Amino acid sequence: MGSRLLTDRRTRDFAIQACLAIAIAVLIWFFVGNAVHNISKRHVTSGIDFLWSTAGFDIDETLIPWDPADTYARALLVGILNTMLVACVAVVLSTALGGLLAFMRVSGNPLADGSARAFVEFIRNTPELLQIIFWYFAILQPLPPPRQSLHLGQMLFLNVRGLYVAQPEFSDGGIAALFGLGFGALVLATLVVVRKKIAFAGGTIAIMCVLLPVGGAIVGCFTAGATLTWDMPRLQGFNFSGGFRLYPEFVALVLGLTIYSSAFISEIIRAGITGVQRGQVEAARSLGLPYPKVLRLIVIPQALRIIIPPLSSQYLNLVKGTSLAVAIGYPDIVQVFAGTVLNQSGRAIEVMAITMALYLCFSIFISMLMNLYNRRINRVSL
Amino acid sequence: MRHADFSILSLPRIIAGVLVASTIMLFAPHANAQTTLAAIKQRGSLLCGVDPGVPGFSFQDANGKYQGLDIDLCRAVAAAIFGDANKVDYRPLTAKARFAALQSGEIDLLVRDSGFNFTRNTQLGLEGAAINFYAGLAFLVKKSLGVKSAKEFNGATLCSIQGSTIETNTADYARANKIKINTVSFETSDEAQKAYLAGRCDIMCDDNGSLAGIRSQLPNPDEHVILPERISREPNAAFTRQGDEKFTILVKWTHYAMVAAEDLGVSSANVDEMRAKGTDPEMKRLLGVEDDFGAMIGLDKSWAYNVIKQVGNYGESYERHFGMSSPLKLPRGLNALWREGGLQYAPPFR
Repeated sequence: MGSRLLTDRRTRDFAIQACLAIAIAVLIWFFVGNAVHNISKRHVTSGIDFLWSTAGFDIDETLIPWDPADTYARALLVGILNTMLVACVAVVLSTALGGLLAFMRVSGNPLADGSARAFVEFIRNTPELLQIIFWYFAILQPLPPPRQSLHLGQMLFLNVRGLYVAQPEFSDGGIAALFGLGFGALVLATLVVVRKKIAFAGGTIAIMCVLLPVGGAIVGCFTAGATLTWDMPRLQGFNFSGGFRLYPEFVALVLGLTIYSSAFISEIIRAGITGVQRGQVEAARSLGLPYPKVLRLIVIPQALRIIIPPLSSQYLNLVKGTSLAVAIGYPDIVQVFAGTVLNQSGRAIEVMAITMALYLCFSIFISMLMNLYNRRINRVSL
Repeated sequence: MRHADFSILSLPRIIAGVLVASTIMLFAPHANAQTTLAAIKQRGSLLCGVDPGVPGFSFQDANGKYQGLDIDLCRAVAAAIFGDANKVDYRPLTAKARFAALQSGEIDLLVRDSGFNFTRNTQLGLEGAAINFYAGLAFLVKKSLGVKSAKEFNGATLCSIQGSTIETNTADYARANKIKINTVSFETSDEAQKAYLAGRCDIMCDDNGSLAGIRSQLPNPDEHVILPERISREPNAAFTRQGDEKFTILVKWTHYAMVAAEDLGVSSANVDEMRAKGTDPEMKRLLGVEDDFGAMIGLDKSWAYNVIKQVGNYGESYERHFGMSSPLKLPRGLNALWREGGLQYAPPFR
């Protein structure tokens, strides 16, 4: 009986897996116990109550208001938002640039192909960190100090501290404007859904994309009797204040991440495009389809199946790459939390555990989205 | 079809293996009872955590040899233990990694222009064994800015270094004076300096000793000025781990030996003569002529003699790295002996 249980394949597989699970659990328990034991032996305090202590340091670039008297927890939030901002912008831009490079590679034009190839080879064979530091100082070096800013009238100032642009401000019609914007977008969405029934020219849709939400916003604004004022950048003492500000650290990080990732993304997209059988393109051409339509209807849908899985990995790399912000002083999670907070509080294990958990969450979220998208495009049968 | 044969991985063997492995792991690691001094002697060298590069405290000269006031204290401890100041392995550490390296036992001693304070003592499990440099945070600005005092800093931008006390002390200063200082924090001092030179910031901040070193390395030191304010107290200390008081005491009294030597007029130049002919009873005890103080801290009789002979007294060390013969030319100030109005004071050897 016992021997039959042991020789039964499913039972045995289950037993092996169970043993492995127990072994891993024991291992984790051992590491945690060991860490706790050693921490207390070294007279180091632990716990996550430190998150509610006063941070007591300044952060220059934040998406939410920040004061040195805020808590470490809020500093963490500042870092999370900054990481997300950089990651989102860099994902969009690197995909666009990567796509452009890929189409240059497959265009058949020797000049476009050659220059794109040289770019990709150069970029992907040099370290990402060095590129980010290079862009940072390449941006800082040529720009003038605040008192000698380059400027366009009084609306736009450029200096070594960043790019300052006048920002429109609505007195009290802000909510009405937002409402108008939302309404415009809703109308647009409805139109797109019923589009198949009404025949629109492609150009009309593009115009409406812009016109409807913006028009809605403007109408909403004026019906509420709002007046438009401008928050102008002004030189006050050492720096400019007022207006919208683009920081050099942010620009350098986005540039570095975008350019580095675009080289890899272009290769992924190129692989996808060349992976579609030549016969497909030739057949489409012989049916009389123009080249853009061949791309849109034949090549891209098939290429996407090849592109999406490795592209997901590349996005994950990019998101993790945002942690290189620490080198150039951009306040992302690693710089603010795993850097300054870790040092001020001395809670290395807790801080690193929280930081890693956050990156894990970001990565799982991205994987999930990409898997959903992948499933959707794969459902279309050939 | 028969499934692949797992005869080696039979179930009882797997269970036995897991049990044995986890038992070994559970009982193996906690045994670490050896004292720091015994470990150092067995290894044959002192592992000293130092700054990767800040003139005055710790930097590599043209031959790649570490030099500086902090380096001298590492050498002094090695001289006290081995009778040979060269038996030191230096571990250059970033501000971020320094305390973890000491806590984890990666290094024996941390002498890295690091300020001693309440939380570092109570929360990090560390001891400030000896304060080898009394400093205060100061500001460096371009002369062309025309700033005379740190009180005028409202709206200015500061290039800071991560993991230092700079970030919190400058924020405290701004809050206390109701001004706004924008801070951009870099991982290393090097990057902060580059950003400052490129004009990203108006201000560099560090303790006045380090700042004098940084200024001396800028392309045109005369275009930059250190403002008179000292916005904090930064007692730069040699750090040791808690839980091994014997080693902390050894480091503490090695530093005191250097200070007392200066106080008693013993230097590397005259230490042989003083040991042979000196009459002062404290000097005799210090140099191991009378009584055996070395044995009381686990060292040999001539421990302090070796320190003074090979490294020098505190004044000599300061003069070499910060004094008028060095590029930094920083007056002794707080680091003068107590009888000259400074804070360097050694409890008596008795």
